Amino acid sequence: MGKSADTTEEWHALTDALAVGAAVLFAVVGLTWAFAGIDDGIRFHGAVLAAAAVIGAIYILMNMGQTHDRSVYFDGPIKFATIASLFWGVAGFLIGDVLAWHLAVPALNFDLPWISFGRLRPLHTSAVIFAFGGNVLLATSFFVVQRTCHARLAGRWSPWFVVWGYNAFIVIAGTGYLLGITQGKEYAEPEWYADLFLTIVWVTYLLIFLGTLARRKEPHIYVANWFYLAFILTVAMLHLVNNAALPVSFLGSQSYILYAGVQDAMTQWWYGHNAVGFFLTAGFLGIMYYFVPKRVERPVYSYRLSIVHFWTLIFLYIWAGPHHLHYTALPDWAQTLGMTFSIMLWMPSWGGMINGLMTLSGAWDRLRTDAVVRLLVVSVAFYGMSTFEGPMMSIKAVNSLSHYTDWTIGHVHSGALGWVAMVSFGAIYCLVPWLWKRPGLYSMRLVEWHFWVATIGILLYITAMWVSGITQGLMWRAYDRLGFLQYSFIETVEAMKPYYVIRAIGGLLFLAGSLIMVWNIWRTIRGDAPVDIRDQPRIAAAPELRAAAE
Amino acid sequence: MSEKKNREIDAFTGVETTGHEWDGIKELNKPLPRWWIWTFYACIVWSIGYWVVYPAWPTPDGYTKGLWNYSQRAVVTAEGEAARAAQGALRKQIEATPLGDIRKNQDLLRFAMAAGNAAFQTNCSACHGRGGQGFTGYPNLNDDDWLWGGSVEEIQKTILYGVRSEHKDTRSSAMPRYGLDKILTDSNIDDVSEYVLSLSKRSTDPKAVESGAKIFGEQCASCHGADGKGIVEQGSANLTDGIWLYGSSKTAIMESIRNGRGGQMPYWTGRIDPMTIKALAVYVHSLGGGK
Repeated sequence: MGKSADTTEEWHALTDALAVGAAVLFAVVGLTWAFAGIDDGIRFHGAVLAAAAVIGAIYILMNMGQTHDRSVYFDGPIKFATIASLFWGVAGFLIGDVLAWHLAVPALNFDLPWISFGRLRPLHTSAVIFAFGGNVLLATSFFVVQRTCHARLAGRWSPWFVVWGYNAFIVIAGTGYLLGITQGKEYAEPEWYADLFLTIVWVTYLLIFLGTLARRKEPHIYVANWFYLAFILTVAMLHLVNNAALPVSFLGSQSYILYAGVQDAMTQWWYGHNAVGFFLTAGFLGIMYYFVPKRVERPVYSYRLSIVHFWTLIFLYIWAGPHHLHYTALPDWAQTLGMTFSIMLWMPSWGGMINGLMTLSGAWDRLRTDAVVRLLVVSVAFYGMSTFEGPMMSIKAVNSLSHYTDWTIGHVHSGALGWVAMVSFGAIYCLVPWLWKRPGLYSMRLVEWHFWVATIGILLYITAMWVSGITQGLMWRAYDRLGFLQYSFIETVEAMKPYYVIRAIGGLLFLAGSLIMVWNIWRTIRGDAPVDIRDQPRIAAAPELRAAAE
Repeated sequence: MSEKKNREIDAFTGVETTGHEWDGIKELNKPLPRWWIWTFYACIVWSIGYWVVYPAWPTPDGYTKGLWNYSQRAVVTAEGEAARAAQGALRKQIEATPLGDIRKNQDLLRFAMAAGNAAFQTNCSACHGRGGQGFTGYPNLNDDDWLWGGSVEEIQKTILYGVRSEHKDTRSSAMPRYGLDKILTDSNIDDVSEYVLSLSKRSTDPKAVESGAKIFGEQCASCHGADGKGIVEQGSANLTDGIWLYGSSKTAIMESIRNGRGGQMPYWTGRIDPMTIKALAVYVHSLGGGK
C-alpha cells in the first residue's frame, strides 16, 4: 500500500488540533448548561459533560504527537471498553438483584425516592443492556473488525472519543434516572440532550467501523462484521426515530415526544423490539461468529447458512415489534403482521444457533476441557431456547396468557443472562489474555466456578419466572361459577412471593459469578502467572506468545 | 481467483471450505440444513394463510379484512355481552329486591356474596384488608362497632356516598383539633385522656379523671354522648368499648384530642354500578358485625 498521506506529521498535528477543538466545544456546551440551565438536572448534567470534555482534552494534550503506526492494531480503546463492561456489568447485576429483593420484600426500598423501584428499574435495564452490553459490543467489534480486516482501526482520536463519550452518556443517563429525569419510554429513557450526545458518539462509531472496513486487506467482509454493521446502522435509525422530541427549552432537561397515543406506542415497540433484535441479537451474533470458531479452532459450519440467516433475520426482525401490543388499541392488522413476522423469524434466528453449535463438530471435546468454550456454547443454547420461546409468546393465544406476567420477565432473562451475558463472558475471557499479552487466564478453575454458579443462577431465575408467570396469568383469568373474578390482584401478588425469593437467590448467584470473573480478570491483567496453565488450551494465550512458542 | 486455489477439504467433516480466511477462521461450504429451510418455508406458508383469513395488510383505504371477518373489538364486545347475559337474570332480581330482603333468598344471597366479595377484594381491601379486618385508621368491618350505623341500609349509604368525601351527600363530621387550635391546654388534654381511659376502666390517675370528667362534659359529650358511647348520627366513636380506630394507648388518645381526626372514605356511586353496591352492602353486612 505504501506510505499514505495520513501517516504524516501534518496529519497528526491536524487531528490533534481537531480533537482538542471538539473537546473544547463539548466543554463550552456543558458549561453553558451548567451555568445557564433552567433546572437542576441539566445544570448537573452540563457539569458532567464539561468534566468529561476537560478530562478528554487533557488526555489528548498529554498524548499529542504520538506515532500512529498503521501496521499495529489499535487496542487502547478496546481495553478501556473491556474494563468498563466489567464495571457496569457488576453494577447492573447488583441493581437487578436489589430490585428482585424489592419485589420479594417491598420494605427494602426504605421509602427513599432515589432507590424506589421506578427509578432503579431503568437504571438496571440501561446498566445491563447499554452499559454492560454496549461496552462489550464496542470492545469486541473494534477487536474483531481489525483482526478480520487485517487493518488498524480508522481514526486517531475518534475511537477514544467513542468509548469515552459512550461511557459519559451512560453516566448522564444513569444519574438522570436517580434524579427522576426520564422521557418515560422503556429502554429509551434518557432525555433529548443525552440522546443528541449519543447520536454524535454513535455516528462516529459507524464512521470508524466503515472506515476500517474500507481499508481492509481481506477480499471479503467476514460475517461477524455484517452483523456488527447491521447492529450499528439499525440502532442509529431506531434511536433517531423513537427519540424524536421537542425540548421545552434548549436550556432545560425536559422535552415532549413528537408522537402521541397508539402511534407513540407502536413507534416505541418498533424501537423496543429491535433494540432486542439488533442490539442484543445481531450485535452479539457478531461476537459469536468470531469467538466461537476462533476459540474452538474450527471452520464456521456453513457459509451459505450464515448468508441466508443474516439477510432473513435483519429483514424479518424489523417487523415484529407489534407483538408487544397484542390486544391493545393497536389495529388488528398491525397485530397480525407483528405476530406472523415473529413466527417467520424463528428459523432465521435458529440459523445462528446452528452455525454456532455445529461449528464445534470436530471439537466437541473442548466443551469438556475448556470452560470458556462451555460459556460460549451454553450461551448459544440459551439463544436457541429464547428465540423459540419468543415466537411462541408472540402467538396471540399464548400472549393472552403470558402478557403482563412474569413469564415475559423470565423470557427476557433467559435471553439476557443466558445468551447475551454468557456469550459476553466467554468473549471477555478470550479477549483479556489476547489484549494484555498474557499466556492465559489467571485461573481456569475460577472460570469453571463462574460457569456453574451463573448457570445455576439463571436456571433458578427462569424456572421461577415461568412458574410464577403462568400462575399469575391463570389466576388473573380465573372466574368463579357465578361469573365473578376468582382472585383479587393482591392475592395474585401474594402467590408470587416464593418465586420472587427464588428469583432473587438466582440473581444473587449470577452476581456472585460475575464477581469471580472480575477477580480472575483483575489477576490476569495484573500479570499474575496462571495457576493452571496446563489446563488451558493453547488458544487462550495471546497471539504473540503463541507464535513465539511455535 | 486465489479463493478457488485456497479451497481445501476439511479433514474431520470431509466438506470443502469456501477458500476465505479471516484471522485464521475458515468456513465450510455446507448446504442449508434441509429441515431448517423446510421449517422456514412452512412458517412462511402458515403466515400467508393467516393473512388470508385475518386482518393483515394496510391498503390505501383501510386494510385487508380477511376471510373470517375477525375483529378484536367485536370479539370482546360479544364476550362482555355473553358474560352479562349469563348473570342477567340474577342481576335484575337483585336490583328489584329491597336491600333487606336479599338475604332471605338463598340464590340471591349466594350471588350477592360472590359479587360483593369480588368487588370488595378489588376496591375495598386495599384499606380495609382482605378479610375486612381493617388497620389503624381504617375501620374493622368484622366487629359490631359501626361509626355510621351497621344496618345493611346504613352500610349501603356509607358505600354510596363515602365519609368526608367530595360527594354532596357524604357522611361528615369533624373531631376538633383541641391542642393545635389551642382550645385545651396540654394538661387539660392529659386530664381528659385519663377520663377517656376510665370509661374503659383503664385509668391510673383518679385526680386527673376527676378534672378530666368536667372537661369531657363541656367539650366532648355533645358528640360522644354524656356516657361516651358515641352517637351514630354524628359518626362519633364509642369510647367505652375495647375497639379503637386509631389505637387504644393514652398516647394515641392524646394525639386524637390534640390533632383531631378526619379519616376519609371515597364515594362509590357512579364508579360501581348500583347492583354491585347493593351486593357489597350485603357482603360487608355479613362479615360478622352487621346489625
